[in-house]
Amino acid sequence: MILIHCPYCDEKRPEIEFANAGQAHVARPLDPSSQSDEEWEAYLFIRANPRGRHHERWRHVHGCGRFFNAVRDTVTDKFETTYKAGEPRR
Amino acid sequence: MTHHSAFSLFAKALGGHQDWPEQWPDAAPKPAYDAIIVGGGGHGLGAAYYLAKKYGITNVAVLEKGWIGGGNTGRNTTIIRSNYLYDESAHLYDHAVKLWDGLSQELNYNVMYSKRGVMMLAHNVHDVQSLQRHINANRLNGVDNEWLTPQQAKDYCPPLNISPDARHPVLGAALQRRGGTARHDSVAWGYARAAAALGVDIIQNCAVTSIRRGADGAVEGVETTRGPIATKRIGVSAAGNTSVVMQMAGLDFPLESYPLQALVSEPVKPTFPCVVMSNTVHAYMSQSDKGELVIGAGTDQYVSYSQRGALHIIEHTLAAICEIFPIYRRMRMLRTWGGIVDVTPDRSPILGKTPVKGLYVNCGWGTGGFKATPGAGDLLAYTMAKDEPHPINAPFNLDRFRNGRLIDEAAAAAVAH
Repeated sequence: MILIHCPYCDEKRPEIEFANAGQAHVARPLDPSSQSDEEWEAYLFIRANPRGRHHERWRHVHGCGRFFNAVRDTVTDKFETTYKAGEPRR
Repeated sequence: MTHHSAFSLFAKALGGHQDWPEQWPDAAPKPAYDAIIVGGGGHGLGAAYYLAKKYGITNVAVLEKGWIGGGNTGRNTTIIRSNYLYDESAHLYDHAVKLWDGLSQELNYNVMYSKRGVMMLAHNVHDVQSLQRHINANRLNGVDNEWLTPQQAKDYCPPLNISPDARHPVLGAALQRRGGTARHDSVAWGYARAAAALGVDIIQNCAVTSIRRGADGAVEGVETTRGPIATKRIGVSAAGNTSVVMQMAGLDFPLESYPLQALVSEPVKPTFPCVVMSNTVHAYMSQSDKGELVIGAGTDQYVSYSQRGALHIIEHTLAAICEIFPIYRRMRMLRTWGGIVDVTPDRSPILGKTPVKGLYVNCGWGTGGFKATPGAGDLLAYTMAKDEPHPINAPFNLDRFRNGRLIDEAAAAAVAH
């Protein structure tokens, strides 16, 4: 089982305490009604799905309950770093 | 190619099965082909076979980065069924089930398709209503599916625990009798052998590294680890790696790749006569002809290409199996493995043209691609040969994520996700 560092609790905890919440840094459009069909498609459905370095959101559900961001390699599943929500992309 | 028959089997047996010829030649890439299939799994090999057999395009290469059938084709739980809710899905999956019938004869290769029935369990009122809705929808589409009481379910599958005190009580089940299993490796090998006999080159250890395009944007060929190959038509059937291949043509796809795990027990005598699925508790099981219990789990929760999953996922599945089938509590598990499945937002596949001229795609089958192997191969071949989708796969286009005509099997289907 993967150990994940929660940046809020500042502890490495087992994966079953966490819920993956998909790709990180996908911003909801500020003015939804001005968006074209293409832009809605990109926001709702298109995902990076890289083979390698991936930015994703996790939530420490059975812990502090907070969302944070992580960088993980999707081939090795190794976490490079985790950081608090709102901090710039690493 | 030697014709397989009872006589040839008997004749080879006299020689101790020592002199079987190779099933198909290990081809080296030629400089150009009329069509290229990227991905040598069941779907890709099937597409190459049908291109040559039904649509008259025989100058075809299948490019496989590893070995034939080493990806999801060799990693799934071999379940075949077509009891999907929506009309589009029912037609798509039933097209495949119809092709499974007679596939062994057509390929002259025993794919061991066994119509032993797929039974889906209902554990609560919601399951009962949902499965009965499926049965009615399936019947309207000409797909067989019937309701069983708990006792009828137990008669059909004796190891089932139908005690009302069970943690997951069985309130009934939906049974598709035409559903069943097939031998997954044989499907890949059978298609490879039959396609090669029609002139298709099957090229292993040949990873595509980029897609070449002309000034008008149309595809002109691929760069591979074994040199460049020219072609005007590329069919991508690369399952979990589709996003990576599509990036080579500058296309972002609505896909995410997840590990999906399966496991088998030690082999035992025949005890389990059918396929049983329970979506509520996330477990499904059948028994292979070798005697192993073949058990499937749900996907892991994060995007990964690692082809392995976390232990707690299969622990969860085995806990459910032990509850539903208490007689297997002392069985030991022999092997576990993972495959990478490409999942779309609506859990339906994408099968058709792409915005790039000459580039076709068959992807997004998620956790349930094996059952569709002959159908997906046939429809990808049709789409590549005619440059337009067949009416069956027309709704499964890429545009649906833009115009909103999703085929949302995720919430409503009898699919284990």
